[in-house]
Amino acid sequence: MLDIIIDFFIIGTKIGLILLPLILAVAYTTYAERKIIGYMQMRVGPNRVGPKGWLQPIADVIKLLMKEVVVPSGANKGLFLLAPILFIAPSFAAWAVIPFDAELVLANSDVGLLYILAMTSIAVYGVIIAGWASNSKYALIGSLRSASQIISYEIAMGFALVGVLMASGSMNLGQIVQGQEGGFWHWYWIPLLPLLVIYWISGVAETNRAPFDLPEGESEIVAGFHVEYAGISFALFFLAEYANMILISVLTALFFFGGWLNPFQGIPFVEDITGWVPGMAWLLLKAGFFLFLMIWLRATFPRYRYDQIMRLGWKVFIPVTVVWLMILTFMIKAGVGPWFSGRGVF
Amino acid sequence: MSKLKHFFRSYTLKDLLTGLRITGKHLWRRKVTIQFPEEQTPQSPRFRGLHALRRYPNGEERCIGCKLCEAVCPAAAITIDAGPRQDDGTRRTTRYEIDMFKCIYCGFCEESCPVDSIVETRVMDYHFEKRGDNILTKAQLLAIGDKYEDQIAEDRKQDAKYR
Ligand code: SF4
Ligand code: SF4
Repeated sequence: MLDIIIDFFIIGTKIGLILLPLILAVAYTTYAERKIIGYMQMRVGPNRVGPKGWLQPIADVIKLLMKEVVVPSGANKGLFLLAPILFIAPSFAAWAVIPFDAELVLANSDVGLLYILAMTSIAVYGVIIAGWASNSKYALIGSLRSASQIISYEIAMGFALVGVLMASGSMNLGQIVQGQEGGFWHWYWIPLLPLLVIYWISGVAETNRAPFDLPEGESEIVAGFHVEYAGISFALFFLAEYANMILISVLTALFFFGGWLNPFQGIPFVEDITGWVPGMAWLLLKAGFFLFLMIWLRATFPRYRYDQIMRLGWKVFIPVTVVWLMILTFMIKAGVGPWFSGRGVF
Repeated sequence: MSKLKHFFRSYTLKDLLTGLRITGKHLWRRKVTIQFPEEQTPQSPRFRGLHALRRYPNGEERCIGCKLCEAVCPAAAITIDAGPRQDDGTRRTTRYEIDMFKCIYCGFCEESCPVDSIVETRVMDYHFEKRGDNILTKAQLLAIGDKYEDQIAEDRKQDAKYR
């Protein structure tokens, strides 16, 4: 009995150690987003609360927590309050299988990749329920858009991950990273370049980020599925969206850019002087770059039209991934380059 | 051929990368933000802000109750009642109110006034705290005029040769 309690305690501590920094990271991602977009628009962004605006996210959090949670009349109260939780739970749960370093992982699962796919798509239930339970036409339209978008891009994303699966021969995220051992040129981004691009774009679409932010579409449907939410329930949606952004960035780093691996591996001199850098730092650096890219995209591109999104998802991404999977098969069978050498059959 | 070109254009993401380059460059550009309360943008002497009623240097109010401003106001923001003043019987306004929610700051009232009484000052950051505060009374307008008289007179002088 005591062992079980101790086990629970240890796991709980580990979860806390992942989630607390994550929530903090979310807060400062919003800050970074406002700053970076501001800079790209030749403004300075938030700079009033605390030195250089560093306390802005804290102020935002306090503001959101103190606001009233409004349940619209005619809304289905139970579902209305359940939806944000359904939305945020999977985006937190997905972090369980993320390896931060060679040994640093909460659940070293052999089906990590499937688990990630499942978790990221379950979040759509939160969106649909939020849209339906709000009893508002904008929310409903937003949630329908979001659902169809997530489902469409899930396919392309899944195909792209099949490529990763083929390349590494494992669904364990840790082993996927270990398969890329050997420095910058051994990472999967080169043989899987088209898949990387498609995975990345689908990831942006999945998190409902600009230029795929149709479900929110401020100019048409106000704020989409979370239009009726206020206060802390809105904060949960917000938190989940940004947690998903960070998740997609980390996953891209893991699948295609060697996760925690040192990019200078195999380069005689540089490898030695960068040897002291912990693996987690490399992972965070890579993920940070992708996070920046996501914000950069938002600052650059206008929103897609709905039919354009569907066209891109179904008529461009899916065929391209299928074609590249075939090419990848030949590359693996031929044992091309540093990536698949030793696995060739010819 | 053009189809082929289009194919390569879209599949190499050329257009998107061009867009990203532009925003990427702007990241490093000099920022143009004015830190408002501490820094101000330059204002023209013709700036049309909060209204004021002026007085002559001897303290007599300028307004003669001609109601030209009330008539010209496109937003019907001005309400005037006029009548003889008790002590000397001159024609004055007994009530002069501007609804600042209706006003569109067009400056017509100022232009129409024959005695430069109603003017728009440079004050542009003000607020109301209670319902009804948006209707400025004669006393309030005169007070604003007294407060900013130096600036108002200076601005009229600068603009005099164009009037
Ligand atoms: S500025 Fe224009 S709208 Fe405002 S009170 Fe004068 S005339 Fe009326
Ligand atoms: S402010 Fe000027 S225009 Fe208006 S009533 Fe008085 S004198 Fe006439």
